Amino acid sequence: MPKKYDTPLLDQLEKGSYPSFVTEIKKAAAKNEQANDLLGALEQCYKDKKTHWKHGGIVGVRGYGGGVIGRYSDIPDQFPGVAHFHTVRINQPSGFFYNSKALRELMGLWDQYGSGLTNFHGSTGDLVLLGTKTEHLEPLFAEVSSRGWDLGGSGSAMRTPSCCVGPGRCEWSNIDTLDITYNITQEFQDEMHRPAFPYKFKFKTSGCAVDCIASIARADCSIIGTWKGDIRIDQDAVKWYAKNGMDINAEIINRCPTRCMSYDGKEIKIANEDCSRCMHCIAKMTKALRPGKEKGATILIGSKAPFVVGALLSWVIVPFMKMEPPYTELKELTRKIWEWWDEHGKNRERTGELIERKGMRNFLEFIGVNPQPAMIKEPRRDPFYFWQPDELK
Amino acid sequence: MDKEEVKKKIYALVEKSVGKKKLKSSDIQKTISAELGISRDEVKEALKDLVDSGTLIYTYFGGSFVEIPPK
Ligand code: HEM
Ligand code: HEM
Ligand code: SF4
Ligand code: SF4
Repeated sequence: MPKKYDTPLLDQLEKGSYPSFVTEIKKAAAKNEQANDLLGALEQCYKDKKTHWKHGGIVGVRGYGGGVIGRYSDIPDQFPGVAHFHTVRINQPSGFFYNSKALRELMGLWDQYGSGLTNFHGSTGDLVLLGTKTEHLEPLFAEVSSRGWDLGGSGSAMRTPSCCVGPGRCEWSNIDTLDITYNITQEFQDEMHRPAFPYKFKFKTSGCAVDCIASIARADCSIIGTWKGDIRIDQDAVKWYAKNGMDINAEIINRCPTRCMSYDGKEIKIANEDCSRCMHCIAKMTKALRPGKEKGATILIGSKAPFVVGALLSWVIVPFMKMEPPYTELKELTRKIWEWWDEHGKNRERTGELIERKGMRNFLEFIGVNPQPAMIKEPRRDPFYFWQPDELK
Repeated sequence: MDKEEVKKKIYALVEKSVGKKKLKSSDIQKTISAELGISRDEVKEALKDLVDSGTLIYTYFGGSFVEIPPK
């Protein structure tokens, strides 16, 4: 493909030492008409200081209510290559594990049916294919689904669940994040592909409180691995850290958010009943400290980016849940939450916003969970527990 | 309840609201299950058939809706 457009504004984004999406689009443009026109269309947007993209309309392939985000140019005559430029979400494997054969196959298809541009991975977690025409959607889907791939979620549906790499590579994981993600993906296929919720609903699972995928800030349901029982301490390893120059008081003891640790120059002691299992000390002293033996997850609800109301962080609703297949307790809880949301939620209202509007008490009563101290999210909030009239007898 | 009957009711409901109000899947489930005295799962099954056959489609306008495909 010969160069079609001068792009002085975009070219500025190639300066500096960081990777540049402009450079990548230019590479794709060398062999793809759509990517070539994308350069021209984007330069035009920058020049006019307004977007020339429209969205909406098409949402999927036959039988699906999501997985494709319809994108159209509002100046298609000028840039026919991007007259349609739909995004396709492919459900990623848990933990983003691919082999090179699968990637080659998928990229071959994408060169054939789309712009060749991708996003590994979108903030939803999906493997995102950027830019194809309406008439290519069905043939592309037929090819990818025959190789075992499926579309991800979009619209008012359960979004593609995602997780941290967990036990696949990380010794801190308290739960099998990969299996949980795969399992809920299979269980809730209907909720993912046939949107019937007031708005989107996301699951993100982290193996521990380090929360590498930021589930606490980005998921309507955050599943975060934790433990019960005492943090296991290897005092010899504590001595090793001290000998190798760690200032244990400054780096560990004084940074424990609940002030439950002490160090007498020889041994570390932990008042485990006050520990909030934040992972700080374990992540800093991996050789010396390990989580307690009984593993499970904390279930939190309601985080989201600013939209109808401001950003919210997820709120603890179950401090400790055992996480073993087939995850019946989690699934039953999820169905209850969806039922309440379906009953009361307005169009485009996230679960967390509905809880803000109707109150935590109303929510807990419906899902059948008793209030507990671990649910207190921040000081100086009105308490959300009140006696019901029939409880006073 | 015969599934074909449910499908007809759903289609009629969607047809009736064209140009007035876009219906969400949950609106259809609530209305039809109440009207016919059947479970929401039965309505969902019938709706799935209609979408699988292309008689109805999902659309997105700031939220997901069920509509009659454009001619
Ligand atoms: C420039 C003047 C002032 C500043 C910068 C200021 C700032 C603050 C701040 C930062 C807090 C902490 C709030 C929180 O963490 O929840 C606070 C609390 C408070 N302030 Fe002020 N304040 C000022 C003047 C006043 C005055 C004039 C009064 C009373 C006549 C007052 C009464 C209070 C009270 C009662 C609280 C405690 C509220 C609570 O924690 O429930 N403040 N103030
Ligand atoms: C005109 C300037 C400022 C305004 C109008 C202002 C206003 C406020 C308000 C409304 C709050 C919330 C109080 C509450 O929770 O009830 C607050 C909190 C706070 N402000 Fe300011 N502030 C100003 C300047 C500053 C400055 C200069 C500092 C620090 C040097 C400061 C430190 C804080 C802190 C630390 C809190 C949070 C206290 C807490 O919740 O623990 N503010 N401010
Ligand atoms: S969230 Fe915890 S378990 Fe998951 S990858 Fe990060 S550190 Fe490891
Ligand atoms: S996990 Fe966090 S709260 Fe618990 S002892 Fe370590 S630093 Fe303190």
